[in-house]
Amino acid sequence: MASEPQGGLTEYIQHHLQHLTPHTSEGGFWAVHVDSITVSLALGVMFCLWFWLKARKATAGVPSKGQAFVEIVLEFVDGQVKDVFHGDRRVLGPLALTVFVWVFLMNAMDLLPVDLIPWITEKFGIGHFRAVPTADTSMTFAMSITVFLLIIFYSFKAKGFSGYMSELFTAPFGKHPLLWLPNFALNLVELLSKPVSLAMRLFGNMYAGELVFMLIAGLFSAGAGLAGWALYGAGIIGYTVWGIFHILIISIQAFIFMVLTIVYISMAHDHH
Amino acid sequence: MLPNGTLIGEMISFAILIWFSVHFIWPHINKAIEERQIKIAEGLNAAERAHAELKSADVKVAGEIKQARLQASEIIDKAQQQANQIIEKARGEVVSEINRLKAAAQDDIASMAQRARDQLREQVGALAVQGASKIVQREVDASTHKALLDQLAAEI
Repeated sequence: MASEPQGGLTEYIQHHLQHLTPHTSEGGFWAVHVDSITVSLALGVMFCLWFWLKARKATAGVPSKGQAFVEIVLEFVDGQVKDVFHGDRRVLGPLALTVFVWVFLMNAMDLLPVDLIPWITEKFGIGHFRAVPTADTSMTFAMSITVFLLIIFYSFKAKGFSGYMSELFTAPFGKHPLLWLPNFALNLVELLSKPVSLAMRLFGNMYAGELVFMLIAGLFSAGAGLAGWALYGAGIIGYTVWGIFHILIISIQAFIFMVLTIVYISMAHDHH
Repeated sequence: MLPNGTLIGEMISFAILIWFSVHFIWPHINKAIEERQIKIAEGLNAAERAHAELKSADVKVAGEIKQARLQASEIIDKAQQQANQIIEKARGEVVSEINRLKAAAQDDIASMAQRARDQLREQVGALAVQGASKIVQREVDASTHKALLDQLAAEI
């Protein structure tokens, strides 16, 4: 960030809410959020390498602590999938694991001090850098639309083209031709609401969390003198308490995103 | 640019957050990990124990089968001996019975032959007396010549 928040809290927050985009394409479609992409990719690669290395060295004997941790996470996710989905878990299991760990790691970026990464990137001449990819609608929609495409794919795969089409047009009201359109309209709303709710829920939680961190961080530059220092102390307490509470939020949001992904995809397998 | 007060405040909070995680969150995860390790170790131990027990049970079973086989052959031997004894005994009994029957039959034959001989002798004696009386033309008084007749009969 540009030294002290000159224009007060509003400018400080506005500054923090700006994504890193290439200068050549300000505001356009290709104003890619380089920060979200970088952080999410780095975390994704980290997750893959971490679990791959542990899985590669996995023994059937007494596991090392690292392996035991990976096993616990895997078993937890697999248990969730098993509860909801009664089919071949070879795709859905790893998908749920990826969603859970990746979303959790991206959410966890929220726990880092909001000024830390921008401060580091500033050294390299990058002014704006938002470290929490899941507080970016592009990221959450990217994931939820992928889930949406999987829902469509598995609907076709489980029911066939004609089966899925007849389900779209005849459920839930009935088979009468007059009811085809209402049926389809309702199914369309139901279908489209899934990726929207999935993306907006995660984004909303993480964005709000980030915003609260920024608002509390505003206390750190509240003023001089005794009152200023008192507010500074209050800021530290508030920031810490919100951080601790946020550990719960990031876990729950990662969990919800995973469970809903499983539920939506297993619903795509169900016949009405 | 030097870190400003905002960043320092955030870093202090972050340090407290890390401290909190280390003291209140990580122990739970660590406990779960260690419990899992213990559980797996115990499971493996139990499996090994069960394996060893199975092996010793196998040995025991083999021994018992061997012993049972031995006992069975002993019983068979004994049974055979007993059967032989019974057969021997039966054979002895049969032989003595046969002998007894043979002796009885021989006795019968002997006594029957004796009787026949006696009868024959009497008849011959009677015939002789008849013949003699015819020759002497008078009746031989059986009572007076009894001694003579008996002597005659004995000579035949």
